[in-house]
Amino acid sequence: MTVSMPSSVDETLRLLSDDPAATILAGGTDAMVEINYEHRRPASVVSLRRVNELATWSIDGGTVRLGATVPYVEIMNSELAAASPGLAQASRTVGSSQIRNTGTVGGNLATGSPAGDTIPVLAALDAIVEIASVRGIREVAVVDLIVGVKRTVLEPDELIVAIRFPVASGPQEFLKIGPRNAMVISVASCALVINQAERSVACALGSVSPAPLRCGDAEEFAAANIDWTSDGIRITDPRTLETFGSMVADAASPIDDHRSTAAYRKHGIAVMARRALTRATTS
Amino acid sequence: MTSTDTGHTYRLNVNGSDRVVDGSWLGESLLYVLRERLGLPGTKNACEQGECGACSVLIDGVLVCSCLELAAAAVGTDIVTVEGIGNAGPTDGNGLTDVQRAFVTEGAVQCGFCTPGLIVAVHDLLDDNPEPSRSETHEALAGHLCRCTGYGRIEAAVEHVIEIRRD
Ligand SMILES: Cc1cc2nc3c(=O)[nH]c(=O)nc-3n(C[C@H](O)[C@H](O)[C@H](O)COP(=O)(O)OP(=O)(O)OC[C@H]3O[C@@H](n4cnc5c(N)ncnc54)[C@H](O)[C@@H]3O)c2cc1C
Repeated sequence: MTVSMPSSVDETLRLLSDDPAATILAGGTDAMVEINYEHRRPASVVSLRRVNELATWSIDGGTVRLGATVPYVEIMNSELAAASPGLAQASRTVGSSQIRNTGTVGGNLATGSPAGDTIPVLAALDAIVEIASVRGIREVAVVDLIVGVKRTVLEPDELIVAIRFPVASGPQEFLKIGPRNAMVISVASCALVINQAERSVACALGSVSPAPLRCGDAEEFAAANIDWTSDGIRITDPRTLETFGSMVADAASPIDDHRSTAAYRKHGIAVMARRALTRATTS
Repeated sequence: MTSTDTGHTYRLNVNGSDRVVDGSWLGESLLYVLRERLGLPGTKNACEQGECGACSVLIDGVLVCSCLELAAAAVGTDIVTVEGIGNAGPTDGNGLTDVQRAFVTEGAVQCGFCTPGLIVAVHDLLDDNPEPSRSETHEALAGHLCRCTGYGRIEAAVEHVIEIRRD
């Protein structure tokens, strides 16, 4: 077995090109569990610890560019929290301090679990993933990156370098259901992104479908029934909130599994979607 | 793992000393290497999946689960375990830090298995935020499981340290 510690993206890409079977190691919070439990026996590991350029972020004009290995704790505690409150809320629900200190959005996306908490937020933000290899850079929307349960379109020698999404222009909410307030793999989750400038609503769900799920009909319904004012959004008819909740739940296709039942997940989604829109309108 | 794949040697900086890790398989976690190769059993092994916090250490001053760190990829970092947590600050006649002393006096140690991880985490919390609210303490320590105390005694120990450090 070998462990490489490249110090630049270029060097990383060359290593991955020479050895596409290598396991990329970012925070290790998914990969090390698999190694400890012998679900994965890598012949080689490429650690991103010293690739400092992947751990930086910038806000340029209206766009956030988040390096793949920026840890959750930084998303919560830096200016990123104001630029992307939905992502900051989702980050704060991940695991524990220890997991948030090391876990990364790049790792969350590459794992591609239906329960990955950043995925619904990034799907609602129409985020773009920058993927690099020695062949160059390609850009893929988050909703197209993950194609099934823990299945992505990443080639073995490809590296996620960054994720881009617009700076918040309006309220964002992330809600998640699980048995505790911490250390929870979500039973169901819901992200809501209101874009005041464009007068649009985006809603995406987690843990209720194999791949990221947007709720198009509910989004259009909400956008059409919101009172768009210059100092925030209002909803005059309270039934709008209920209808929005049930339309979002209709978009979900949950299953029964060891964590919950499909029926509970659908119920939970309706409650979370209604709550998310309520919070967005009253805050 | 093949038999030819276990003879690797590398160096780690643990508690301020340069340590040689010998004869290892490179897939070993930092937790395993600390306990089984470097003779530092203070860091506890319970879940090996980041759920229990018993293996918490500091890497470059950041609180992490050592079970989720690949030891061979921690080369070049500064690792602090519970054995070295008192090196940086004052200790009493028994070599205990204020946090360790407070755990003893408040009865926060029962079977003791979760204690080393909590000691490291409470130092990390209070060095960063000397006056955490109760809910900040809960959030900071949510990654630790204790099956004896019901957490009340641990919370009391944290409050105790906050008070002593205030004076
Ligand atoms: C105790 C515990 C609690 C957790 N709680 C949550 C939770 O609440 N919510 C949640 O969503 N997740 C949770 N997780 C899962 C995990 O923490 C997240 O998925 C995290 O974002 C993974 O990031 P990482 O940097 O640690 O990834 P790693 O483990 O380093 O890598 C994960 C996978 O992605 C690949 N990879 C990593 N970076 C890149 C890259 N830049 N380009 C290409 N491939 C890459 C790796 O090869 C590997 O296959 C938890 C994990 C643990 C252990």
